[in-house]
Amino acid sequence: MPESNGGYRGASYELLSAKGISVGDSIIIRTSDSEVAGLLMPRYESAGADHIVIKLKSGYNAGYEVSKIREIIKVPAQEGHQYQKLSNPIVASQVKDTLPQLALISTGGTIASKVDYRTGGVRAALTASELYSSVPELARYASIEPEMLLNEYSENLGPEQWTLIADKIAEKVRSGKYSGVLVSHGTDTMHYTASALSFALQNLPVPVVLVGAQRSSDRPSSDAALNLLGATIFAASSGLTGVFVSMHAGTSDDVIACHTGTRVRKNHTSRRDAFESIDASPVALIRGDSIEVQNPHPTGQIAVKNKAAYSVTGENFTARTRFDKRVALMKFYPGFDPSIISWAVSAGYRGIILEGTGLGHVSRACFPSLQAAINSGVLVCMTSQCIWGRVRMTVYDTGRDLLDMGVIPLSDMIPETAVVKAMWALANTKDLKEAKDIMQSNIAGEISRSIPI
Amino acid sequence: MATLDLASIGLKVGFEIHQQLATKTKLFCECSCSETDKYGYAFTRKLRPTQSELGIYDPAAVFEFKKMRTTKYYSAPGSSCLVEADEEPPHEVSKEALESALVFSLALRSRIVDEVHVMRKIVIDGSNTSGFQRTMLVANGGFVEIADKQGIKRVGVQTICLEEDAAKLISDGETAREYGLDRLGVPLVEIALEPISGTPEEMVQVALTLGRLLRASKRVARGLGSIRQDVNVSIQNGPVVEIKGVQQLDQLAKVIEHEAKRQHGLIMIADRIKAAGVSLEQIGDRLEDITNVFSQSDSSMVKKILSDKGAIFKAIRIRGFAGIIGFEPYLGIRLGKELGELVRFYGLGGVFHSDELPGYGIDEKQVKDVRDRLQASSRDAFVIVGGRQEIVEYAIQAIIQRLKAAMAGVPAETRAATSDGRTVFSRPRPGAARMYPETDIPTIPVSESMLEPLYGLVPKSWEQEINLLAAKYGLNRKLAEQVFDSDYLALFEEICSSQKADSKIQPTFVASKLTEDIVSLRRQKLDVSSLTEDMIREIFERLARGVITKESVPLVFEKLMKKEVGSVNDAISALGISVLTDAELDKALDKVIRDNMPAIKQKGMGSIGMLMGRSMAALKGRADGNRVNAMLKEKLEKLLASS
Ligand SMILES: [Zn+2]
Repeated sequence: MPESNGGYRGASYELLSAKGISVGDSIIIRTSDSEVAGLLMPRYESAGADHIVIKLKSGYNAGYEVSKIREIIKVPAQEGHQYQKLSNPIVASQVKDTLPQLALISTGGTIASKVDYRTGGVRAALTASELYSSVPELARYASIEPEMLLNEYSENLGPEQWTLIADKIAEKVRSGKYSGVLVSHGTDTMHYTASALSFALQNLPVPVVLVGAQRSSDRPSSDAALNLLGATIFAASSGLTGVFVSMHAGTSDDVIACHTGTRVRKNHTSRRDAFESIDASPVALIRGDSIEVQNPHPTGQIAVKNKAAYSVTGENFTARTRFDKRVALMKFYPGFDPSIISWAVSAGYRGIILEGTGLGHVSRACFPSLQAAINSGVLVCMTSQCIWGRVRMTVYDTGRDLLDMGVIPLSDMIPETAVVKAMWALANTKDLKEAKDIMQSNIAGEISRSIPI
Repeated sequence: MATLDLASIGLKVGFEIHQQLATKTKLFCECSCSETDKYGYAFTRKLRPTQSELGIYDPAAVFEFKKMRTTKYYSAPGSSCLVEADEEPPHEVSKEALESALVFSLALRSRIVDEVHVMRKIVIDGSNTSGFQRTMLVANGGFVEIADKQGIKRVGVQTICLEEDAAKLISDGETAREYGLDRLGVPLVEIALEPISGTPEEMVQVALTLGRLLRASKRVARGLGSIRQDVNVSIQNGPVVEIKGVQQLDQLAKVIEHEAKRQHGLIMIADRIKAAGVSLEQIGDRLEDITNVFSQSDSSMVKKILSDKGAIFKAIRIRGFAGIIGFEPYLGIRLGKELGELVRFYGLGGVFHSDELPGYGIDEKQVKDVRDRLQASSRDAFVIVGGRQEIVEYAIQAIIQRLKAAMAGVPAETRAATSDGRTVFSRPRPGAARMYPETDIPTIPVSESMLEPLYGLVPKSWEQEINLLAAKYGLNRKLAEQVFDSDYLALFEEICSSQKADSKIQPTFVASKLTEDIVSLRRQKLDVSSLTEDMIREIFERLARGVITKESVPLVFEKLMKKEVGSVNDAISALGISVLTDAELDKALDKVIRDNMPAIKQKGMGSIGMLMGRSMAALKGRADGNRVNAMLKEKLEKLLASS
């Protein structure tokens, strides 16, 4: 008997241990007023310790209180319902080798999963064959080679993991084998990772497309399949290079939007179309088979690639994949305590990205702390909490005063992109002046030349 | 043709009642449960079956997926939000709904589980935006007591579940289905009873009793579609056929009887197949594309199918089956018909078999050509199916499977009840319910302290409720029963309580209009749903103000149910039944008197009865009888006095 038995603890754990019963066993329990038979199911760690969970023959789960159980016995396993096997599952070897080859790096957030209806368990579908049988249409567009790099909820992915992911992509790109790289990612911080990769991997010869799902892939309504399909079509045949995020354009299952990695933001907690391009239209919309390019040159770096040059390692490709996480993102609000700024300086932070109000303001009360931070060599930059639009710090006195102090305005850079960029800039130079220059130059489309009306 | 002795075939029927609850909110969000027909924002989705372990799918699910249907959903503010759109995780289970399910469990002495777990039951026909229905087992076991001539008998309860209702089907086209989101997520209690034997009438009594018990709680929704029964029918311990969508109890006995007859007929057909000595391999052992045989056909059915791009015809040989597909042991029960219903599931219209050919414009020569192609002898049968190639391939497999199943008699499947009391194939029986936990919602422990206050809410018996209702409103027992069992109990009470003390509108009058009159209009196949509760309220309000007469009430009902007009106002003016002013009535009665002068001269005051009749007929309910009588009498007296 293992120490932890499917999440059971306390009284339920003791009862099951004493009877030698483990999760998945067929059991019968008798209470004073009932008898039920079924499979012992695992228990979520967060649920109470007083119940055991049984999957009944009808398929329902129900909990029974340990204190009411008079008898619990293990019985030989019963055959479950047999489903008809799908006649023609697509196996990886059948996919045409003339198709573009794509690498799929998974970092967590299951893009395809399987449900075991016998136990109700859900697990990720990870092999190429599993992927094709989940989303058979993929086999029409590309040959996909999946590799699991990480398996984390996206809130657990930070600068160290960005480095790991970027290095892995660089390895794939340098192998010259792939026409593109897909990265499956939990959605919560996908736009941070997209920004990080945009700065770390420059002059990419192939597209790198991040893709996720707002509805988990274990449900028939998941957006995962269409998002992955859109990402695959885009990576395989758009002819564009750079770092992108591919997600639903609207709530309907029809159009997928591909966004520039530095211009995209998660703007809704749960909707399929949570990801939006800020101050720009998406790079492309994928509708069925067709790619409608909207905005091919957001940076000048992303260029239409020579179709004949597939799988060629880019000559100017650079991978500078390190990040310095000593950068704070501070949102100003009425009543903001400037001592937070002083604390960050004393704690050794090298950069502060302010999310100011409106055109880029913070209260006068912050001035002394900010001046002290700048004087001690901390990189202090201004973005706007309005999310949409540029900071413009020459319009009001406050803005002019902040500029005079040495606060660096970041135009319409998204605050989340700015904090990632500062981490990258500070990891790549010790020179503050150079770091300031990096922050203010447009490297990966993070600053818009003109914002469309 | 045989006649069926129901008592001798081991008929067993299990009921599954789905009753909408009258909660303020839906089961998993705060939206209102009220249905609408005015929709706003719409969006489209495509569901795909989730893969289970080892790449195994449910075949019916795979077919639905292959059709790659687009589903369009219509939303309405107030009755749908991001939860129904599957754009937001479900909220917590509605306390009110769970309480109702627990109260019913107590009333049925069912064993309530100690902890409720919400499950996802896979449904990929589009009726749930998520691709599954959220459902939870609340209790097991218990019984419902049925009073019949022999006394009280008990019918066992299997399970009591609380679940969300599906979206409302608006239209079902070839490539897209449309649903309204207003009904999605309305709480339903599903009560499954143990299968019972008996006459169809006795079975109807079971469904009726359970329905009354639920209604007595005053916790359930009323109105069209608020209660639906699924009926599981088997005979001679054979496979269970699930029949969905029986909405009216008066249709239930007919449906059961028809299904029992169909199943018995299928067993008789199986006997004939056995007698013919056919083996499984002989069914569908040869397939031929016969598109070119049919390409010159004059048959309008064939022409219509071939006009579709990429349409083909294929023939299936079934050895030793001559005469079997067309064999009709009971009127309307034959394999040919089963095949027709089956291919309709695949969206095909054209299926022919050798027992009905030549026919449908397909001539002798073509039949012979098909036989030659298939190398079929006169003892063999064949089935021809036409349509788009990929669908035809699916349908052929399904037809062969169905004919093989015919050797064993009754296949387990899901059927739908028709409005005339028959059943038609709707889909293959899904495998064991495919369920997995709804991890977005925490489990709910049910403690004794949670149940304590609910014991007092257990509904009184239907008998007690009827007695109370009859006493309160001075109704006779029959009328009280009718009102209680109708969809209009709440409306009835509302109308009665809104009357002023001196109102001439008696509860008995209201009750009889809401039950007898509406039932009789429904029997004339008029649409009850077009007479809304708001309209009924308005009609009684006009009656109270004296704008219309009592006699006009059913006329207005009828006008509205015929959908000839869209409002009470329009109905009244179209019928010309607003109450006459004194001057108008005066004029109308003068005319009746003038037209009947000879009779008046002859009979004097004795003619008043006849005059009254003629007047009421001429007035078509536009004046109250007492008023007409008084005015007529006055006029007559004056007339006779002066002459
Ligand atoms: Zn809602």
